[in-house]
Amino acid sequence: MSNKNESTPLVKSGLAEMLKGGVIMDVVNAEQAIIAENAGAVAVMALERVPADIRAQGGVARMSDPDLIDEIINSVSIPVMAKARIGHFVEAQVLESLKVDYIDESEVLSPADYVNHIDKWGFNVPFVCGATNLGEALRRITEGASMIRSKGEAGTGDVSEATKHIRTILGEIRALSAKTDDELFVAAKELQAPYELVKKVAKDGKLPVVLFVAGGVATPADAAMMMQLGADGVFVGSGIFKSGNPEARAAAIVKATTMYQDADAIATASRGLGEAMVGINVSDLPAPHKLSERGW
Amino acid sequence: MRVGVLALQGDFREHLLAIESLGVQASAVKNPVELEAVDGLIIPGGESTTISKLIEIFGMLSPLRKFAATKPVLGTCAGLILLSNKVSGALADQQLIGGLPITTERNSYGGQLQSFEGQVDFVDGVSENVAFIRAPRILEHPEVEVVAKFQDEVVAVRHGTLMGASFHPELTGATHLHKLFISSFN
Repeated sequence: MSNKNESTPLVKSGLAEMLKGGVIMDVVNAEQAIIAENAGAVAVMALERVPADIRAQGGVARMSDPDLIDEIINSVSIPVMAKARIGHFVEAQVLESLKVDYIDESEVLSPADYVNHIDKWGFNVPFVCGATNLGEALRRITEGASMIRSKGEAGTGDVSEATKHIRTILGEIRALSAKTDDELFVAAKELQAPYELVKKVAKDGKLPVVLFVAGGVATPADAAMMMQLGADGVFVGSGIFKSGNPEARAAAIVKATTMYQDADAIATASRGLGEAMVGINVSDLPAPHKLSERGW
Repeated sequence: MRVGVLALQGDFREHLLAIESLGVQASAVKNPVELEAVDGLIIPGGESTTISKLIEIFGMLSPLRKFAATKPVLGTCAGLILLSNKVSGALADQQLIGGLPITTERNSYGGQLQSFEGQVDFVDGVSENVAFIRAPRILEHPEVEVVAKFQDEVVAVRHGTLMGASFHPELTGATHLHKLFISSFN
């Protein structure tokens, strides 16, 4: 009789495969988690404050209260993800003990280690990590990440950084695929990533794990644009619960993500949503306030 | 012959590739017009609450029920849930396509930490490594034909032209379930 092999790389990246074409929504309590599930979210991300509030209120942002995470896990049937600080392997141990379905090692929280990221191979729970370019994505995968999200600039409602990062990652993959075998050694050096992984990406023309977009998506059209650019799915943070009508906006972003190639469907989804989150232009942010520069 | 894969959400691309690898034409199905163009349908893995909402929102529920009443449909994981006549652990308003006289329990094996790979044994003697991701369990299956078991548990069934499986063959490159499905076409 055969055995169950749990937490294999395939099982860890497999859950992300099931989330493709979907929207993962930031929630701070059970009530928001239920709204997200009813709107058609494929998963929720539990955190203490949405990025827009972290940005406005300042201070150190950390992993959520375990009671809050339990409350969210108990309120919905879809997968629950939660954020740990970059490098904070004990927060990750706690989240694994709480039985979350995925851990986001996230630049949205204050980093706990400015040198090392978490060694994610040591965990049974899978991790998603942010990246602004291909080299960063491959370094996270080397450390054991089972899913990548482009970082964008969280809490702004300005999609321009999300656009830049997904275009950069996918553009660098296309450039890599055009290289000859003897050019891949130097490509690995320049990407600061292991040669074997670089070679695999060049051959496959894609990352070995699922690639979502995050950071600044606030409207159905933003979400559909990210999908047309080649994302496998979308994270929406402050964009939903900082808007005038979270229920309607959440459902509309789900519809636009599904029908991302159908302008009529996106137009229909965009009607009657009330106020979008006010937002901040990324170009107005003072340099130390850019979250996407955390992580390396 | 053309096999469609419901492409509203989930890992539909992997199913399209699996069907094409068997030399059969495959196409993504997102609306009733595309559904009419195929001879059989696969409902892939994904988030079953999301897929069932999208089915309703985009007017696919009644076309899918009609399709499943006469044509071959295979559901894996989330697809198995949608094809079940009864589901435990579903949202109160979750709309099912139905057709398989079984009771299925969502997330029955546990959360992601209990997800696993393992060898399933088909009743025709073939064994394959497949993935169970937050998988549903077939609790009651009195009237259906058993297609595969994992350990002593029934994990794939057939009833008329409908087939359902708790697991994901498409993630590990397993194709026996797809072959059985295709061979059932007239």
